[in-house]
Amino acid sequence: MSDFKSTKVEVRLPSRMGFEKVAMSTAAAVAKLMGFREDRVEDLKTAVAEACINAIEHGNRLNEKLSVGVVLSAGADSLEIKVLDDGKGMTRQPVKPDIDRKMHGEEDPRGMGMFLIQALVDEAEWVAGTEGKSSYVRLLIRLDKAME
Amino acid sequence: MQSETKARVDQLTSPAGHPVAVLRFEGDIASTSKEAVLGTYQALPKETTRLVLLDFTKVDYINSSGIALVIQMMIEASNSAQKISAFGLSPHFTKVFTMVGITKYAALFPSQAEAMAAL
Repeated sequence: MSDFKSTKVEVRLPSRMGFEKVAMSTAAAVAKLMGFREDRVEDLKTAVAEACINAIEHGNRLNEKLSVGVVLSAGADSLEIKVLDDGKGMTRQPVKPDIDRKMHGEEDPRGMGMFLIQALVDEAEWVAGTEGKSSYVRLLIRLDKAME
Repeated sequence: MQSETKARVDQLTSPAGHPVAVLRFEGDIASTSKEAVLGTYQALPKETTRLVLLDFTKVDYINSSGIALVIQMMIEASNSAQKISAFGLSPHFTKVFTMVGITKYAALFPSQAEAMAAL
């Protein structure tokens, strides 16, 4: 694992739905090189995809003149991912979806992205950029050495 | 970039003798899949369809917008006294569907045979 200490990979995505899959595949490739278990790679793929979708849709508001930055920083025992956009940042906290309320029309069937991100990685924080720009979500997923 | 969602319907009969509409999806299930997911479901005859089985065997990618479409289908099914079940999800998406509560309203099975046996 020491080979990966401080290794950084960066990707820039157009603000177009579907391109989250490029970041997802890149994150999966890095995680596999680091030795993450397959189930953790799947968790990471969903978390990164949802973070990019939020950045494309809510951060950059589908403005194709703006790009989404994805920075993957591989450490000795963890992988950090920052997904950056030009929005004002998320001010609300992730809320666990209430399926009963959704089924009864009291809650939007959508709006599960932030919950999934937080539930699938070890750390997730949303940081608002200064002057309403360069906001990001930072994800951290740790190698489970006990299971390696 | 998103792989187009394909959907087709097979009309089967369960071992217990009940008619089952099997919706077989292929490709990604995302925000662009509304017609394939909801449109295919809504085209089923409401009067005669009581059991709906979703086949995710050939689906590789489902995002939160795609999950929301499945929930919208579940809401419509609940209002029409239909029962929705599913099979063929990967272990990861089985976990995700469980995390968001879908399993409270739709049973998930590993295979078509196990799903049909329960219907």
